[in-house]
Amino acid sequence: MAILLNRSTRVIVQGFTGKIGSFHAEDMKRYGTKLVGGVTPGKGGQTHLGLPIFNTVKGAVRETRAEASIVFVPPPFAADSIMEAADAGIKLCVCITDGIPSQDMMQVKRYMRRYRFEDRMRLVGPNCAGVITPGQALMGIMPGSIYLPGRVGIVGRSGTLGYEAASQMKALGIGVSTSVGIGGDPINGSSFKDILQLFERDEDTDAVVMIGEIGGPQEAEAAIWARDNMRKPLIAYIAGLSAPKGRRMGHAGAIISAFGESAQEKVEILKEAGVVIVPTPASFGEVVAETLARSKKAA
Amino acid sequence: MDIHEYQAKELLARHGVHVPRGGLAYSPEQATYRAREIGGSKWVLKAQVHSGARGKAGGIKLCSNDEEISNAAEAMLGRKLVTHQTGPRGKLISRLYLEEAVDIAQELYLGFVLDRKEERVMIVASAAGGMEIEDISEKKPDSIIRATVDPGVGMQGFQAREIAFGLGLESNLIGKATETILGCYQVFRDYDASMLEINPLVVTRDGSLVALDAKMSFDENALFRRPEISELRDKSQEDPRETFASDRGLSYVGLEGNIGCIINGAGLAMATMDMIKIAGGEPANFLDIGGGASPERVAKSFRAVLGDKNVETILVNIFAGINRCDWVAEGVIKAIREVGVDVPLVVRLSGTKVEEGRKILADSGEAVIVAETLAEAAEKAVAAWRAAAKKKKAA
Repeated sequence: MAILLNRSTRVIVQGFTGKIGSFHAEDMKRYGTKLVGGVTPGKGGQTHLGLPIFNTVKGAVRETRAEASIVFVPPPFAADSIMEAADAGIKLCVCITDGIPSQDMMQVKRYMRRYRFEDRMRLVGPNCAGVITPGQALMGIMPGSIYLPGRVGIVGRSGTLGYEAASQMKALGIGVSTSVGIGGDPINGSSFKDILQLFERDEDTDAVVMIGEIGGPQEAEAAIWARDNMRKPLIAYIAGLSAPKGRRMGHAGAIISAFGESAQEKVEILKEAGVVIVPTPASFGEVVAETLARSKKAA
Repeated sequence: MDIHEYQAKELLARHGVHVPRGGLAYSPEQATYRAREIGGSKWVLKAQVHSGARGKAGGIKLCSNDEEISNAAEAMLGRKLVTHQTGPRGKLISRLYLEEAVDIAQELYLGFVLDRKEERVMIVASAAGGMEIEDISEKKPDSIIRATVDPGVGMQGFQAREIAFGLGLESNLIGKATETILGCYQVFRDYDASMLEINPLVVTRDGSLVALDAKMSFDENALFRRPEISELRDKSQEDPRETFASDRGLSYVGLEGNIGCIINGAGLAMATMDMIKIAGGEPANFLDIGGGASPERVAKSFRAVLGDKNVETILVNIFAGINRCDWVAEGVIKAIREVGVDVPLVVRLSGTKVEEGRKILADSGEAVIVAETLAEAAEKAVAAWRAAAKKKKAA
């Protein structure tokens, strides 16, 4: 079923009736996502876009059997919304909101650990483009049309750079099983490694493209994990070769503040772990095509 | 967001951290007046700029009379202090801080950071204070003590005590050190800091524990709930190009190259800058125009980029998801006509409404160099910049 999301996943929207929530809810519905309702406290009992509104996530889960939730709630209240989803038994939460304070995210991560691993919600984001399983369902803000359904997984921090990769692949006829944006914040729900683990187990994925950037330890952690555990080809690009140390490049987490956090250092670590490197952001398509051809030949 | 040393010390002092007596001065006269207020016979005059390593750059002076204070203040004020942290442009000294000199017996290091691996606040301490933490971890890695705080319950007394004992402090200082460490944590937490560094934290000859320096940064995502911190912003310490952009809600970082960039999305912006570098050019800036870029927003971005006099070519790269290429194209034309773009302009549009966008550019009759792919955009921008630079040289 690709990973995380398919056409039968029952999805609700938190922050449903707001301008941004409404816009993307319609877009997701149009794409084929099984939207079953939304949550806006105080508007329970009404309908919006032909779907029921609930006051609480628990109420929505009870009535609609929703398994997944996408959060468009503004930054001051977003952490609270994520924790509400976790407590209501939501299995997958995608948080689009950009601008959540780091300390709020520390609390969220700590809070989620109160559930046993089997019952724990999976959080993707915040500050991300979301998740898309092309041809099936969209839980995010990406333009669905640039993805061809297929068998290569994509996981990246950035939204638009992920679009760039997907469209270069599409131009060569290479499709995507699922694309996951893990977001540009320093503390996020799912790491690169978490998503690689899912792709490695997924029967519908043959290879994975990882799009990292400067800052933080997650690309290196993923490389070590892939070296020891991954059988499918891993192809990676790291953005920020020209980024100066100590400056925040747009994303809250895109800052070189420690050893091993520059693009050059990360590329070295990935190379050493046997990861295929995409040398320039203009060569996603060809490197993926070459890697697929090589692995086909080997098999 | 960074704040000044004196501001950080004020916050810390309110939470039980001992700091030397001191006062702020905007002029040499005020500095000597502060010396009278503080009393004693030796003072340290410190340039208030958002940077460490001020001592080596001439931003810290030990003085023992009015004349020395006045001369040092005269020499510092209005000057730009250049350290390895400020970059070559340096940072303007417009405020001075005069402090009583402290008799130092031992220098310690105490830092608080947001650890991304542990996803917790981490305390880093060392008995080898006085040098930068990078040097400590290189030269005396065994001296470093680390501890993380459970965000569910906050920092506990035993953790602070363990650090105090770990630093090898005399038993009469353990209580004071514990109070200092917990006080720092309180400030870090209560004000949504992202970094707090006391280097050095000193043991004085008369047996007290004093924060001799203090550096703090704050989580910009949390400023909405920390108005008392937002007020401490000092725009004179920022790159004026960045102040102009951030006042207009644009995410911009000034660099030293000549090719100005206007891009949507932080990742694509970084990648486009990389591509410019690979093609043989140097980017002048990072600029993420964000989602939903209206024609007005595009025009504002042109103003921000052209505010940098080093810019000799502009590259616009938009992959429209929520954005629309036709709006971006309208914005580009608007900018050419209203802002005036006197450098070569390369535009690459992709995604939603791309055909409409390209048509608007083509029909406008303006001199826009159009590119279809990212590689083509970077190559055309670098070629246009080279040609323009050659022409400029010839003229």
